[in-house]
Amino acid sequence: MKNVMGIINLVNETDQLEELTYNRCIASTPFGGRYRLIDFILSSLVNSGVQKVCMFTQEKYRSLMDHLGSGREWDLDRKQNGLTVLPPLFDDPDESKKGDLYYFYCHRDYFFRCNEEYVILSKSHMVCNIDFKPILQFHKEKEAQITVLYKEDKEELYSLTRQIKVNADQKVSSMQGYHTKQQSDPFSMEMLLMRKELFLDLVETSIAKGWKDFITDAVIKNLDLLSVYGYKYSGYLGIINTVQSYYKNSMDLLNASLFNQLFHQSHSIYTKTKDEAPAAYKSSASVLNSLVTNGCIIKGTVENSILFRGIEVGEGARLKNCIIMPNSVIQQNVNLENAILDKHVIVNMDQEIIGDPKMPFVAEKQKVI
Amino acid sequence: MRSKECVAMLLAGGKGNRLGALTSKLAKPAVYFGGKYRLIDFTLSNCTNSGIDTVGVLTQYHPLALNSYIGVGKPWDLEREEGGVTILPPYIKQDGGDWYKGTADSIYQNIDFIEQYDPKYVLVISGDHIYKMNYELMLNAHIQKNAEATVAAISVGWKDASRFGIIDTNDENKMISFFEKPKNPRSNLASMGIYIFNWGILKKLLISDAKDQRSSHDFGKDIIPKMLENGNDLYAYSFEGYWRDVGTVESLWETHMDLLKKNSAFDLNERGWKVYSRNLNQPSQYISSKAIVRNSLVNEGCTVFGEVENSVLSYGVHIEEGSNVKDSVIMPNVKIGKNVKINRAIIGEGTIIHDHNVVGNLEDITLIGHREIVT
Repeated sequence: MKNVMGIINLVNETDQLEELTYNRCIASTPFGGRYRLIDFILSSLVNSGVQKVCMFTQEKYRSLMDHLGSGREWDLDRKQNGLTVLPPLFDDPDESKKGDLYYFYCHRDYFFRCNEEYVILSKSHMVCNIDFKPILQFHKEKEAQITVLYKEDKEELYSLTRQIKVNADQKVSSMQGYHTKQQSDPFSMEMLLMRKELFLDLVETSIAKGWKDFITDAVIKNLDLLSVYGYKYSGYLGIINTVQSYYKNSMDLLNASLFNQLFHQSHSIYTKTKDEAPAAYKSSASVLNSLVTNGCIIKGTVENSILFRGIEVGEGARLKNCIIMPNSVIQQNVNLENAILDKHVIVNMDQEIIGDPKMPFVAEKQKVI
Repeated sequence: MRSKECVAMLLAGGKGNRLGALTSKLAKPAVYFGGKYRLIDFTLSNCTNSGIDTVGVLTQYHPLALNSYIGVGKPWDLEREEGGVTILPPYIKQDGGDWYKGTADSIYQNIDFIEQYDPKYVLVISGDHIYKMNYELMLNAHIQKNAEATVAAISVGWKDASRFGIIDTNDENKMISFFEKPKNPRSNLASMGIYIFNWGILKKLLISDAKDQRSSHDFGKDIIPKMLENGNDLYAYSFEGYWRDVGTVESLWETHMDLLKKNSAFDLNERGWKVYSRNLNQPSQYISSKAIVRNSLVNEGCTVFGEVENSVLSYGVHIEEGSNVKDSVIMPNVKIGKNVKINRAIIGEGTIIHDHNVVGNLEDITLIGHREIVT
């Protein structure tokens, strides 16, 4: 995989996470107790043997930069290769509204300096632990020009996806030009493998035609001219771009077998680590079917919930079906059900908040309730 | 290179015989502690939090795990362009070489290391104590008293006093006498094995001590008494926080139990005085719907299906259904099967305990070493 580089494209990512992304991009949204969404694709690339990753950022990326740092946690802080963040490169603020093709085009010099033969293009909102090695092999065997990863899911997804049709010979016959909620159809994982030359060629010719978006325009409009194959992925996948899908996929982690599939079966998922003490369960604590992270101090009852790091749960407090992001404080005798609290939220004593199981209550960052 | 005001020399070569199987293949400072740390984390974090950025770590006994753990010192913010952490094993010189024959000898053999920083003061600390101490305050006291050496001291119970080096002082904290493990202690002020020396004076003493055939080359037994004999100005620096020397299986267990006490004197969550350690990338801990976890410390990467009470679980510990872990310390990656009972025990890293076993008793602390299999 040394001749493959990763491109993580955060430009125009479909985002209906509402309060959760008021101050951050999808990529840096906390997920799964101690991760941010970007960790999953980044770790998958690194674990597959990819040594060079570049990331196109568009907006609200301060927390993302803080999280990534030098890329050390993913072993991407290197003299050779490593992680490069490619921020917007515009003179006119209006240009930022242009599609991702224009972002790629502006940084084409970067790619000219790269020696890798292939690129894996992906987004950040897919929670997965993928090995890309078999996909490269598939790509070569099929002599494909582009390989698109897709998945079939029988369950209701709650997220927005792009429908894809794949023939019996695994050729992609059509792809939907937009994202919708759908059921039981194969959908694209927005991960593409192709030669770097083809990628740059598509960018250049598409820009010349006045097109905007890489997948919607450069790939879909050229579907007849290119040999595009679909690779069916069957491992764990969570697609996070709506509040409902965020909530559902988080709660799915409380299923021990899914949790193991994502975190314990193959390679690790890496993230920025913090120096927190082990979680402290006090004598009045009662924790059932939950994920708990270091730095938590628990005196109350926690059930079917996910606690990020550094959370205090006061005596007599009761959490059920909740997701609590780092450094939030739940004071005594609070009753919280079906809720998502962003970072640094404080819930004062004796409060009661019961959200809808389908549409949880969401408190934005630093709110005091 | 810019000179440094104070260089720390961290003694980490100890064998730790009394920790039994835990140190059979591991230097004592690398022993796991508190669910997430190794003993040396506390001293290294003290250095960082006290603003000391140059630390020489003297290693000798089974250094593999310790050396790779310390690495370039990044987790403690000791990866520096100038200074930072340096591992100092014994080495061969032109006229032969030797192991470190004592604590003072280990510093003597590394005079060159200290000289390159041209420090005014040298701080000597141990890598096997659990405490939080601001060495900067001790250094300030040392400078203020115009001392030639300062020894950190803590009040201990009179009945324990004969286990320590006992310091007798006058009203101004000036040391009058020092006796290593006295039968009839004259005070209950015990040396913590933490020293600040004026480097110029210490260097001369180390050179003459190295030539002394009768010397055991030890700070407590030789250097401090020699300084008192020479009439140097030695002061005690009273420390009033939590401090434990976890030299035995019992004290290792007791110190863990101290962490679990209500309003524990030792707070691992203190903001502004973090204890740094090498963080492993492990997912959040999963506590199942059948599990009970009470009054315990649990690290990331654990999966608990059984009962855990008054215990400390390090990372990657797996406890199956129907098992009960009580008053125990479980080190990393221990796998505990179904219906196992563990009581008052310390279980070493990577040990596997199969279904239906009973480990531990109510009288004393049971120790199971690293990577054992209990069938």
